Amino acid sequence: MFHWLEKNPFLFSVGVFIVIAFAGLVEILPDFANAARPIKGLKPYTVLELAGKEVYKKDNCIACHSQLIRPFKAETDRYGKYSLSGEYAYDRPFLWGSKRTGPDLHRVGNYRTPDWHANHMWDPKSVVPDSIMPAYKHQFKNVADLETAYAEAVTVKKVFNTPYGDDIQPSKAAFEKYYKEKALPEAMKIAKAMKNKDVLAMVQQGKIPEIVALIAYLDRLK
Amino acid sequence: MQSSAALEYDYSVAKLYMWTTVIFGIVGMTIGVLIASQLAFPELNYLMGEYGTFSRLRPLHTNVVIYGFTVSGIMVSFYYSAQRVLKVSLAELPFINFLAKLGFFAYLIAATFLVISLGMGITASKEYAQMEWPLDIAIVVYWVIWGIVMFGLIGARREKALYISMWYYIACFLGVAMLYLFNNMEVPTYFLSGGLGAWYHSVSMYAGTNDALVQWWWGHNAVAFVFTVPIIAIIYYFLPKESGQAVYSYKLSLLSFWGLMFVYLWAGGHHLLWSTVPDWMQTMGSIFSVVLILPSWGSAINMLLTMKGEWNQLTENPLIKFMVLASTFYMLSTLEGPIQAVKSVNAIAHFTDWIPGHVHDGVLGWVAFMIFAALMHAAPRVFKREIYSKSLLEAQFWIQTTGVVLYFTSMWIAGITQGMMWRAVDEYGNLMYSFIDTVSVLHPYYTIRAIGGLLYLIGVFMFAYNFFMTATAGRKLEQEPQFRSPMA
Repeated sequence: MFHWLEKNPFLFSVGVFIVIAFAGLVEILPDFANAARPIKGLKPYTVLELAGKEVYKKDNCIACHSQLIRPFKAETDRYGKYSLSGEYAYDRPFLWGSKRTGPDLHRVGNYRTPDWHANHMWDPKSVVPDSIMPAYKHQFKNVADLETAYAEAVTVKKVFNTPYGDDIQPSKAAFEKYYKEKALPEAMKIAKAMKNKDVLAMVQQGKIPEIVALIAYLDRLK
Repeated sequence: MQSSAALEYDYSVAKLYMWTTVIFGIVGMTIGVLIASQLAFPELNYLMGEYGTFSRLRPLHTNVVIYGFTVSGIMVSFYYSAQRVLKVSLAELPFINFLAKLGFFAYLIAATFLVISLGMGITASKEYAQMEWPLDIAIVVYWVIWGIVMFGLIGARREKALYISMWYYIACFLGVAMLYLFNNMEVPTYFLSGGLGAWYHSVSMYAGTNDALVQWWWGHNAVAFVFTVPIIAIIYYFLPKESGQAVYSYKLSLLSFWGLMFVYLWAGGHHLLWSTVPDWMQTMGSIFSVVLILPSWGSAINMLLTMKGEWNQLTENPLIKFMVLASTFYMLSTLEGPIQAVKSVNAIAHFTDWIPGHVHDGVLGWVAFMIFAALMHAAPRVFKREIYSKSLLEAQFWIQTTGVVLYFTSMWIAGITQGMMWRAVDEYGNLMYSFIDTVSVLHPYYTIRAIGGLLYLIGVFMFAYNFFMTATAGRKLEQEPQFRSPMA
């Protein structure tokens, strides 16, 4: 029946490729532009928040936490309003996750405070006695990589027209200015709310530990 | 499939991949047992400081077993069987042979950097596509090399009609190439920002919902083209060879191949049910997942019927045991998947342990069993020695089967329990359980799962020992066995 095709590897391969590529074209392409539109009033992440997102990726929070509230009453009761496509318009990559060993975090900024996060990341059992989450004490020592986060902001502004202001420019000097005038004060606010002396001292010396960036990011999730 | 004694096949590349299969199998599954134990006993998170937490280790586990163990196993079977079904030896084609070896070393280097970078937390964070752009490029190069080797062998073939296994290898090559390229489209930030920050950092070309769509189009179909398609290639070659039986039905293999090719890609949407992707895509994902039962069961039934009239071999030959149970697990897994893809079931199952449960009855019961069987079938032909121990193989089979059963049954219960507790409400409509209640209740199931995993890992060590002894100390064979592999 198909014997002729099996003797012609070239046509065979072309056939396979068409058959497997078909579904992608039909399913993925049609809605691409729509799905990319931000909801009204959505602001891009600040550089500190982007650095926090990098900490979230680095310590791979996504292994146990989702950021997707499904439209069920049990979920909206537990986590808040169900998620909308436009809320993710600046999420590169998306961080929905696929497993909830811990709770969803899409609106965690609504109901947890910086000092709760600080205690939780230092020792999860201090706030949730039965927690099976590991402590992330190294986040209090490691310095967050603001420069890479700034580079990311510059890149998405250039390539995807993400609406950043004039303070995001491709130069070392612009980064240093931004760091001093914008990032540090933003970090200081969080460090104060964390009620942790060591962290505060670090920020006062001009260094931003990973935990501060991470909390800036988590606070932003609303 | 007549024997071709005149041709001397070159197994040097197959041998190299044999050792990486064993090593990555041990490493990947040891990490797996460790992280499974961490969920039951969280103190185990603190063995290696920041590098030893569950979250940091989990992608290491998945990547090492997928791209280390499984891909190596696939390459063993390819470099062993492709020469034989095409009736051409790598030794006849020096350039292709050189590329095949070059590919192996590129693979080894990429795998090493993958382990280091994931350990350090350098990740693009998309599941099963965590590698940052420099590694992505290395992997594309590797894949292209494999493509050239495959089509080089095909170009020089003496047997004009491509055997079924070759169909699946070609599909594996094309499918992974297409999906990998599109999903890993990313912009390096270093070059566009005037040299700021880490040089290896990049940002995804797609945002939010779009990124999710592309990612699960990849994520689901990486399962298709790594865990299904090439493993079917393996069983279509090794089961008939080991049993001495002809494939039951050519028409069924044809139907299941083209059916699988067409249907599989549509089903990716079932990872995004109840999410923010459009409803019609979710429904398509659901429907095609159910349709997918047909081609999947087509292959599995074709393999089981190949054993028609020869079922006595099941009691006599442990390799037949591995392969028959593998096709059975393939049927179980491809029925379970569509059930989870039904929207109402998915509402309970998604985000719970039922999903890793489903994955593992597929990978432990089907993928890894087929790889063990293929390596053991190839060993006497490659090393020209008898398999070292039949009883060890038998023991491995039963220990691992027990392990898999413990694994998936405990995860079924855990998943459904947690899914039901998340949505349970009291008589006034208030949520009955806080989140932590739904975690604490899982402790016994996490413990059983860790034990199941440990049993399986013990089996892997038995296999590694048996395989090593076969290669070095098995009784020498005068001539190549035709069908059933000789074992002591």
